[in-house]
Parts: sequence; C-alpha cells; structure tokens
Amino acid sequence: MNKKKISRRTLLGGAATAAVVLFKSSYGKMIQAAIPESALLTDDPTKIQGPPPGKVGTRSPFEHPVKKPSDISSRTPLQDLYGTITPSDLHYERHHGGVPAIDPHQYELLIHGMVDKPMVFTLADLKRFPSVSRICFLECSGNFRGSKETLMPQEVCGLTSQSEWTGVMLSTLFREVGVQPKASWFLAEGSDAAVMTRSIPVKKAWDDAMVVYAQNGEAIRPEQGYPARLLLPGWEGNTSVKWLRRIELSDQPYMTREETSKYTYPVKDRIRQFSFGMDARSIITYPAFPQQVEKGWIEIRGIAWSGWGKIAKVEISTDNGKSWHPARLQEPVLDKAHTAFRYLWQWDGNTTAIMSRATDETGYTQPTLQQLIAARGADMGGYHLNPVTAWVIQRDGKVLFRPEKWK
Amino acid sequence: MRLITLTFTCAVFIACNHRTKENGTSPWPASFHIGRPATPAEIAAWDIDIRPDGAGLPPGAGTAASGKPVYMAKCAACHGTGTEPLNAKLPGPALMNDSAGSDFRRLKTLGNYWPYATTIFDYVRRTMPYNAPGTLTADEVYSLTAYLLFANKIIDEETVMDARSLPKVNMPAKHLFIPDNSTGGPEIR
Ligand code: HEC
Repeated sequence: MNKKKISRRTLLGGAATAAVVLFKSSYGKMIQAAIPESALLTDDPTKIQGPPPGKVGTRSPFEHPVKKPSDISSRTPLQDLYGTITPSDLHYERHHGGVPAIDPHQYELLIHGMVDKPMVFTLADLKRFPSVSRICFLECSGNFRGSKETLMPQEVCGLTSQSEWTGVMLSTLFREVGVQPKASWFLAEGSDAAVMTRSIPVKKAWDDAMVVYAQNGEAIRPEQGYPARLLLPGWEGNTSVKWLRRIELSDQPYMTREETSKYTYPVKDRIRQFSFGMDARSIITYPAFPQQVEKGWIEIRGIAWSGWGKIAKVEISTDNGKSWHPARLQEPVLDKAHTAFRYLWQWDGNTTAIMSRATDETGYTQPTLQQLIAARGADMGGYHLNPVTAWVIQRDGKVLFRPEKWK
Repeated sequence: MRLITLTFTCAVFIACNHRTKENGTSPWPASFHIGRPATPAEIAAWDIDIRPDGAGLPPGAGTAASGKPVYMAKCAACHGTGTEPLNAKLPGPALMNDSAGSDFRRLKTLGNYWPYATTIFDYVRRTMPYNAPGTLTADEVYSLTAYLLFANKIIDEETVMDARSLPKVNMPAKHLFIPDNSTGGPEIR
C-alpha cells in the first residue's frame, strides 16, 4: 500500500487528542513515533491500515510503567518488569547534584596520580580500546523502606536496576597509564554539580571494574552517567561514579564526604565505613501491593541478587515463614546479577504471608531484620539493609506489605 | 570476524588478569597508544581533592571570625545556625546543633560524626553553596571551615585554618570509624 494514500487527517487525527507524534520529516516523509489514537479507537485492527514503519519505537499506549521520583532519587517499577533487564528509561536514579548535560565531543577522562604516564582519553579513545559487555545490577545502598502496608516493590527496594553494560575494563586503562605498584586506592570523580568523589581500592580495578559508555545496546542515558561512568559490579551504587571525568591513583583513601558523613552506618558502638559489597537479597514482585489475587494457582515471581557472586538458591515460604521451599531460578544465573525466580503455589483463600529468601554462592543467606539488628544494634541506620520481607495476602485477595520497623 | 577475535582476545586477557599471555590469540601490545599525555596545567585545573594528610590544600587562610559573616550570608538559609530544634526541617542537613552536642544518635553533625576536618574543606569547595557550587575562594573556604569547626566546639574563634593547621585538627568522631573489610561469606554483619 502506498503511504501517500493515508490521508493527512487519518495521520494527524490522533495528534489532536493524544501525545501522538506523527510528523513530516524534511524529506516530506511521514514518520511514525507512536500508534495514533485513531488506531486505538477502531474495534477491528484488521480493517484499518496501521502507521508505517518508524525510526524510533515506542511503548504501547496501554503500558505506563513509571519511575517514582523524590527530590533526590527515582525508583524502578520492579512490579511492572518482566525478566531481568531494566528498560533504560526505567533505571533507578540517585544523584547529588542533578543530571549534568555533557557534550560527548568535549568529554575527557583524566587518569593521574601514582601512574607512570598521566593521560587523557576522549570518548572516542575509550571506544577504541578492547571492549567488554556484561550484565549486572546496580543498587543504591540506601535501598530499604518498610514503614507501612501500602508499599509497592518499587517503594520497598526500587533503587536497584539491571542493564547490559559495554565499555573498557578499567584494568586496560590502568595498564595503559602504568599504575605504580604502591598505588592501593584511587579516587573517582564525576563532572556533575556535586563533583561526586569516592575512594576505591585498586584491587577492584584488577578484579572487574569497567568504564562503560553503553547500556542495553545504546549510549548510556544521561541519568546513568552519559557519556561514560565507572561500573563496579556488585558494589554500592554510589561508588560507580557517573559522568566520570577523573581518576587519581593514591596510596590511601581520600575520606570524601560520601565515604564519611554518608554511606557509613553505626554498628554497635562504632561507625562502619567502606561497606562496598551489596549483600544477597530478594523481593517478591508478584503478588505484591497493590494487587488483588484470586483463590487457586498463583505463580509467585520475583528477583534475587548478590554483590558477592551468583545466586545459589531462593526459598519461598507461603505459610508466614514456617516452611521454606526452593523456587525455580531462571537460567542463565549470572555473577552479581538480578536473577528471576518463580514458585507455583495454590492459594486456598486463607489469610497468609508469603516471603522469599536468597542464598548466594558464598553461603550467605538473606537475613531477617531481627538478625540485622542483632548484628548491628537497633541504631543501625538506613544503609545496607537487605531483610527478608513479607506480603500479607488477606481473605479478600488484597496484598499488603508487612511493615518492618526498627526504630 | 575481526570483532570476534578482538572480543576473544579481551576475554582471555581478563581471565589471566592483565598479564599478556599467548593462548591461541595474539598477545596484547605493551601499549595501545590510544589517548594522549596529560599536561601539568590540565591536571592542576581538575585536581581539587584534599587528602586527610592535607595533600591538595591550596594557599590561603581564615578564622571563625572571618567565616561567620560568610556563613550567615551564603549558608545559614539552608543549614541553620545550630540553635534549631532537633527535628527542624531545613533545606540542607544540620551542620552543628547545640542540643545534639556530641551524640550523633540524636542528630548527625560535623562535630559528632565527621572523622576528618579536611573533608569539610574538600566538600564545601567542590559543591557548596548548593545554589552556586564551586564559587568560593580558598580564603572563604578556610574561613567557613574554621567557623564550622568553631561552631562545633572543636577549635576556638581565633585559631587560623590554613594548609598546615587544618590536617592537624583532631575530630572527636575519628576513633569511631572502622573499615568494613568484608569479603563476603555466610556471616550476617
Ligand atoms: C540552597 C541551599 C544550600 C545552601 C545555600 C548551602 N547548602 Fe550546603 N547543603 C545543601 C544540601 C541540600 C546538602 C546535601 C547535599 C547532598 O546530600 O547531596 C548540603 C550539604 C552540605 C554539607 C554536608 C553535610 C553532611 O552532613 O554531609 C556541608 C558541610 C555543607 N552543605 C556546607 C555548606 C556551606 C559551608 C554553605 C555556604 C557556603 C552551604 N552549605 C550552602 C544545601 C545548601
């Protein structure tokens, strides 16, 4: 069918009423950017020509997954996702000075300090080095809320997301500049208004740290550090400094505000600092608040992850923690990655609580809040909390979060 | 094909941990000759960090007396004056508080929670005031640091803060900090 036969009215019909973007390119061609509302209004999609192929795809106008922003962060809608890759525009955000606008042609990464050759790399330089892709999660270490019943998974722990990242191994760059044997820490600095800085042990660079410029097949999104960021798989999100502009090698940590005043927490009568690894954790994303379920077969679904390695098992309890049964893990189970789990359950219609508990390959099992309090004291603060959580299923099928208060 | 070879080379390279090893693929060169040397001027322009030993502190000086008017003009609107009730909602975190004193469990302040005075200089210079980050002169930052230390009862009003004296300030909370040396494993910590 000839595109010219689609009348201008049909094409623009929806534009007046919806956020439909059909526009004329400079070549006079109609460009599709969304299915027009007029197409949605027909009873029978087989009786009307749809819009032509387009340059950029869009979500179905029936789907509205959204992040939940506050002044300082924005949370991934875990309950709306399938599988384990977070769509890039739904990746959680936490930043301390807003999202900077950086021209990729002006971008430079400086590496200096205890190195043989202090060097500057442009974005094009970074892309010329041997590249690597890996899938791993990122998680803010301040990722637990549990104060009330009406919390969605997104609100409980939506400060975690997963992407396939592509970039250069930091070890490749460190080899290029000649990191001196005495260098034991490096400072990573961003070019946002917070000029974010964290001190990182050099060992992480030799293990698995990367400087990444791509996320899920395209350039990193501005909110995730465009045009390039540090990526420290499994470590608290703040250390994966976004909009990375500078790395300085040193023989000691810098004791920046983000590793002294923040991202530290009281443990008994001391303050614990440099907690890098994210401990194993899981969350049931279905059924969860605000869903209402029916008696009968329910596939309990969720994700589990550990910053120390692979998830070894996830156990499910459907009787408020009395008994636990292994869930099925979706292959491939990756290192330091969100891992999907499923457990088939027949609900008899009685009030109960369902829970999940993750164990990683280092033998660590996700603790209860009580176990965390026993280890750290009741004044433990809000960082690195990964407790087992429960969804209460009421007789009417309504699902509520079971509040976990510790103060 | 080229691409595949490159990726494979890289995987092998990672597996043998940044040592060049012939393993059915071509070894990495000693240098890729990608990137350019950094000039001292470029490094100086970006190298703004301050270490606890004072490395990085610029020339300049200030006292609580010179810092107080700057604080009142550029900071107090968001951070208060330390006389607010403990639960006061301010646009920025409290930096000092008379009622919290040395007890960080009541309210975290610079006096009861910060382990190093150099961090104040580093942080304030790089990103404060929030509405105009990175606009303070070295003298202003020394003065503000001195004022904040004085307001937290750590130094007196006349003590001069400069590159020599600032790293020597003893912060009351320093002994509380312990590094988390966890390497994973079953223990709940
Ligand atoms: C417009 C409001 C505003 C002004 C003005 C302002 N700040 Fe801040 N300040 C903030 C906010 C908000 C934060 C927290 C930022 C974050 O957590 O990322 C902060 C954080 C800080 C911190 C770290 C506190 C902590 O507990 O970690 C210090 C120190 C600080 N400011 C000092 C100053 C000084 C000195 C000035 C004056 C030159 C100033 N600020 C001006 C809003 C402000």
